[in-house]
Amino acid sequence: MSLQFNNEQMTEFKRLVARYPEGKQKSALLPVLHLAQDSFGGWLPTEAMDYVAILLNIEPIEVYEVATFYSMYNLKPVGKFVFEVCQTGPCMISGSENIITYIQTQLGIQPGETTKDGIFTLKLVECLGACGYAPMMQVGKIYREHLTKEKVDAIIAEYRMQVAAQN
Amino acid sequence: MGVKLLLEKANVPGIRTYDVYRREGGYATAEKALKEMTIESIVEEVKKSGLRGRGGAGFPAGMKWSFIAKPEGVPRHLVCNADESEPGTFKDRYLMEFLPHLLLEGLLISSFALGSNDTYIYIRGEYAWVADILEEAIVEATKNGWLGKNILGTGFDCMIHVHRGAGAYICGEETALIESLEGKRGNPRIKPPFPAIQGLWMRPTVVNNVETLAAVVPIIKMGGDEYAKIGVGRSTGTKLISACGNINKPGVYEIDMTISVEDFIYSDEYCGGIANGKRLKACIPGGSSVPILPANLLLKTAKGETRYMNYESLSDGGFATGSMMGSGGFIILDEDQCIVKNTLTLARFYRHESCGQCSPCREGTGWMEKILQKIESGKGEVSDIDLLWDIQRKIEGNTICPLGDAAAWPVAAAIRHFRDEFEWHIHNRALSQTSNFGLQHYADPIHVPA
Repeated sequence: MSLQFNNEQMTEFKRLVARYPEGKQKSALLPVLHLAQDSFGGWLPTEAMDYVAILLNIEPIEVYEVATFYSMYNLKPVGKFVFEVCQTGPCMISGSENIITYIQTQLGIQPGETTKDGIFTLKLVECLGACGYAPMMQVGKIYREHLTKEKVDAIIAEYRMQVAAQN
Repeated sequence: MGVKLLLEKANVPGIRTYDVYRREGGYATAEKALKEMTIESIVEEVKKSGLRGRGGAGFPAGMKWSFIAKPEGVPRHLVCNADESEPGTFKDRYLMEFLPHLLLEGLLISSFALGSNDTYIYIRGEYAWVADILEEAIVEATKNGWLGKNILGTGFDCMIHVHRGAGAYICGEETALIESLEGKRGNPRIKPPFPAIQGLWMRPTVVNNVETLAAVVPIIKMGGDEYAKIGVGRSTGTKLISACGNINKPGVYEIDMTISVEDFIYSDEYCGGIANGKRLKACIPGGSSVPILPANLLLKTAKGETRYMNYESLSDGGFATGSMMGSGGFIILDEDQCIVKNTLTLARFYRHESCGQCSPCREGTGWMEKILQKIESGKGEVSDIDLLWDIQRKIEGNTICPLGDAAAWPVAAAIRHFRDEFEWHIHNRALSQTSNFGLQHYADPIHVPA
């Protein structure tokens, strides 16, 4: 098996599992899937899910049924930065539709798609609990709130620069 | 200025850290509880306080605690519900982000009262940075002897663990949350057995909302009777309201539940009025699941009395002319907002979040979304309104958990109060694509900008 946690990730895995009583290690499944997704390129190939099943000593199907249920697990490859834009009521009445259209135009992709350079993915999501700071989107761990067209431009430029700096 | 019990110190610089929280009197209440009080007396104070669950259902917290089974040799657990996902609601996030130690102190006292040695905070996965803040606070509290073994020499052991969800509104329902905490899909369980008897890993479990558990600190500090004096009737203490939508000052406010809805919306201390000089059209006062109210029924009850921001007054008139306090997610819609479209986005939300276990909810939420989409895109027929009404009625009360009701109520209320707006969409198909129905007779007669 080629997908494996490195030492640091394995330490984190052990820390997560230790939160639950002896024999209840399956409880760590959600946090461990987050760790796997973060460790293996932002998504969960079947191989990663099978690896998690072995680590937690559960059946692969127990991992698949969970990974397909929760919206935060990506079952297909995604770009380096995933724009998850909220489209639920409170964001909608605060102008999220214009922001979504603007991002689509600026990145040249539709919701669910990734830019050709593999940098950006656009996802439409339901309420993220930032209704007072709408419109908003989540990018990785961070919430980008009070979005305007100018802010979207700045955010896209910021991430492009990050990628350029790494190359 | 109203009474502040939870957010009193929210603006103290550095209050997020242990040192500042402690310096400001933090953990003194936990010390009093663990050293000077018995388990029974803590539960008694919470009962006397009249504290009602702040997650949405409003069930008396002290009573919930008293249901917990205590079989010999079986561990019990307290689980903090931080899965805040009800559209319009972002108060728990604020509390955890700015006052993590207040929550931990509430959790410590509550864990002691319930006999929970391993307490879990189930936090929605998207609040990843908030989970980090909580983890940091737990490390600090442990280092300073407030968590761990033999706390304050009392012999009580307690550890608090953060558990991140992964994106599922349904996990705010307590049995779905427990399933999720066990590493499964968030499918609600059939009750009974209730979690208090068989919850997490089939052990006796109490699940309480973040705000509820934080409120335990002021209750124990001031005593249940004193706490109950704040507020009115069965709406005791303070409530966090997260206000959003078309207002000048969106944000999280602590209110003492004696303020009128009108003052809450228009006073500068709170929402600061409707944004951009627009007029008020409607409001969803307690999170997206509760019935939407047109302006005239929002500010005054059907009897013409002033409506207040508390459990009883917001539900005055039942679903016919009232709504609910719910989670405190207060969503304001101005005159430019389209009720059909707003209802459509909520219907889509519930379709997306239905776990799929019960057919009325799984199928019904999808049908409602499709029909609303049809009307919104100018292809609706008059019979669609009756069909929508019929579907929502067949979902309500026919599912394992309240998500079915939560999906049905917004649709029902929208048709109940705004039927002519739906009809206008259907009779003016082309026009509805370029303009809005506006205010018509829902106009708030009081606040017309000059």
